[in-house]
Amino acid sequence: MKQIYDVLIIGAGVVGSAVAREMARNELKIGVLEKNRDVCYETSGRNSAVIHGGFAYDIGTRKAECCVEGNLGFDQVAKELDVPFKRTGKVLVGNTEADYESLQRTIATGKINGSVGLEMVDKERLHELVPAVIGEFAMFSPNSGIVDPFQYTIALAENAKMNGVDFYFNHEVMGIYREADGAYTITTTQGDFNTRWVVNSAGIGCVKISEMMGIHGYRFNGHKGDYIILDKKVGSLLPMPVYPVPNNTFMGIHVTPTVEGNVIVGPNADYVDDFTYYGVPQKNMDYLAKSASTLWPHIHKSDYIRNYSGIQPKWLDGNNVVQDFVIEAREEAPHTINLVGIESPGLTSALPIGRRAVRLMAERETLLPNKNFNPNRKGIVRFFEQSDEEKAHLLAENPDYGEVICRCETVTKAEILQAVHNPLGVDTMLGIKYRTRSMMGRCQGGYCQMRVAQIIQEELGKKVTDVLYARNGSNMFTGKVRE
Amino acid sequence: MNIINKEVVIIGGGPAGLAAAVELYKKGVQDILIIEREKMLGGILRQCIHDGFGLTRFNVTLSGPEYAQRFIDEVEKLNIQYITDTTVLSVTKDKKITAVSKNGLMTWQAKAVILTMGCRERTRGALGIPGERPAGVFTAGMAQSYINLHNTMVGKNVIILGSGDIGMIMARRMTLEGANVKAVFEIMPYPSGLPRNIEQCLNDYNIPLYLSHTITDIHGSSRLTGVTVSEMDEHLKPIPGTEKEYACDTLILSVGLIPENELSLSAGVELDVRTKGAIVNENYQTCVDGVFAAGNVLHVHDLVDFVSLEAENLADAVAVYVQDDSLPECGIKITTSREINYTVPQYVSGTKDFNLSMRVKKPFRNCKIEIMQDGSVVKSIKLKKVIPAEMIKILVNHKLLQSDKDLEVRVKC
Repeated sequence: MKQIYDVLIIGAGVVGSAVAREMARNELKIGVLEKNRDVCYETSGRNSAVIHGGFAYDIGTRKAECCVEGNLGFDQVAKELDVPFKRTGKVLVGNTEADYESLQRTIATGKINGSVGLEMVDKERLHELVPAVIGEFAMFSPNSGIVDPFQYTIALAENAKMNGVDFYFNHEVMGIYREADGAYTITTTQGDFNTRWVVNSAGIGCVKISEMMGIHGYRFNGHKGDYIILDKKVGSLLPMPVYPVPNNTFMGIHVTPTVEGNVIVGPNADYVDDFTYYGVPQKNMDYLAKSASTLWPHIHKSDYIRNYSGIQPKWLDGNNVVQDFVIEAREEAPHTINLVGIESPGLTSALPIGRRAVRLMAERETLLPNKNFNPNRKGIVRFFEQSDEEKAHLLAENPDYGEVICRCETVTKAEILQAVHNPLGVDTMLGIKYRTRSMMGRCQGGYCQMRVAQIIQEELGKKVTDVLYARNGSNMFTGKVRE
Repeated sequence: MNIINKEVVIIGGGPAGLAAAVELYKKGVQDILIIEREKMLGGILRQCIHDGFGLTRFNVTLSGPEYAQRFIDEVEKLNIQYITDTTVLSVTKDKKITAVSKNGLMTWQAKAVILTMGCRERTRGALGIPGERPAGVFTAGMAQSYINLHNTMVGKNVIILGSGDIGMIMARRMTLEGANVKAVFEIMPYPSGLPRNIEQCLNDYNIPLYLSHTITDIHGSSRLTGVTVSEMDEHLKPIPGTEKEYACDTLILSVGLIPENELSLSAGVELDVRTKGAIVNENYQTCVDGVFAAGNVLHVHDLVDFVSLEAENLADAVAVYVQDDSLPECGIKITTSREINYTVPQYVSGTKDFNLSMRVKKPFRNCKIEIMQDGSVVKSIKLKKVIPAEMIKILVNHKLLQSDKDLEVRVKC
């Protein structure tokens, strides 16, 4: 049976989820098609998790405009969506005269872009901001911040779902066809869908979807960056992200605290054409540690807990110059909104991009406001972060808060159960990890993984052979030892 | 919140905690509480269903659960108080312990705290093994728990990295359950587990052990499909051109254990960078007055028998502490030469005999372990063979010490 929608959004990354949430402010029947089994499996969940200030982009670009708008609005959206966000500030550290001039140009550009509070700081002030940093001076951006990209994307999607949006995971788009009546048929790996509008927010798949919609001529390079995650014990030594002075195409290898108290080191930037390979090579890990150690001295192998990588779609012109975000509604593909080349600062810009997508639609048809739209969403309450009084209160209400499943991050059974029964219906181990932080700590699931796997089986009635880590085919187990 | 007073609170009901409790009780300290986070006492021994436990202590070979049961039976018989399903959230410097269970939050004020939380396994991320991150990569203890406690089979075609004891035991265990264990790779030029396990778990099942080899890449975007293995040079760097591909769906890591000291740190306990456990004196007292540690939380042991013994030595000291409110000053520091990885304890008083536990950094044949003070040898023992996998234990009579100067332990060949 064909599903009939006003809008189908392709891709449930942070941008697709933000578009869905912003569109849900109107009387529209909206669906999201995602090939993976959860939100933010690709670029949205694989980055530095920084909310950028907006100074690093050319004047008058959409990147600059969306980034500044996203940054200034982030306190409000973090509050609405109950997402951990910290306005930590950030420094770009320099040493040479050329660095100094470059940073002053960055400040000048940033001020025109609308980036707030940028200033040069001397060595003394720099060390007040970040005690151990290595460098002579810096540009300080007080408005930059850090966010949990998993929680943020999940929150956007859950809020969209609360407001009536349907999410279809494990639905990979195979073709997009315009029918005689002007509507679109979208074929997927799990059946066909009908819709009046199509939004391409496919991230690293944006060119493929663009072509399917009949928009040709885009090309991009995959820009792969690797990261190392450090133990929380060094987290308190780094109050804010520390970046080097950037060059034209690359922000540089940096160290960033996470909202949860870890530190991430990265990324390098390798051009790749395989957009499915997320392996981290030894030489890159060595390079990251060496390079970032010139900025911050606390990178030791004994504090490594995990590594990861992400791929950004950098869309380039004929001269290999990185281009601006594309947010367009083209005549040759009526009733489509095409989002191409959404790379950094895509996390910061997701909601502004969503608003612009709605605006493009509103320019072409009258949208009626959804009077029941609720912008607020509550996340899973973290037992460990509560006061003793609040802990006692939670325990009195639900004894499952008394069973600690993940020892490193102190995640209780009550939280795991809420995650297993999440509003989006995600059933993977990674889905529980994103939602609770279980398996994210220093023992990497040594204690809790088997407990989480068992709860998934019990609560969702799954066979042991059907428990997936993340993707299709990522089966955790091969069977029972004894029947 | 209600605060309950206790003479001694023991954190962790594994072999160390159980032995400490029983010994303390026998020494007359009976106001004891053991706090255990699992559903029952016994700790990691519950999943160690192979035999070989208790040979030193009981002169008989037992399985892990059988060994633990001997102590649990005593705890039950003596009516020592314990609670399970309870996770300690924090321990403070002034010995307040806060824990949570389904019954709510609880706080105790202890006169002495005994840390016996055991250890955890080193992970892939901690080693920084490169490659993709598919399902199918497990630490050995995790696989052991899945198979022995959760009736869950983790894989069929298996490669094992690291020749730690649990890895070798899992090589045998998985073979017995029908898996095809292809090989064990060890980065060092010598095995890290005990010789008896190489014999009984690998050689008896024709599982090859490759020394000076490690995994240099992991393949698979969903489930593991294979690993790349390289030979190592003498600086532990992969030799280019030696890469070999092994198809497998499961990788078991047996690459080291790390004492689990998060709670110790919260109490202000200072750790030794070598053992990753607390720095203790001959009484197993940490730098925090009244906070003691023994077993794998202090340093990783080779045999559980020694864990029990250490915990009993600790209990003797804690009994004195509880009665006298203090213990003699331990001002003599024990340092090590570069052949020795560490010693426990790190400080002694010189007024009491002490048990010195240590490990060497690499194997030696026909050597002497010498304890030096002020340039002269105060004790020397001859050993035919020492290996890093085996803990060396030396009982030192305090009368041998000449002064209150620091001691140095060294290997002489």
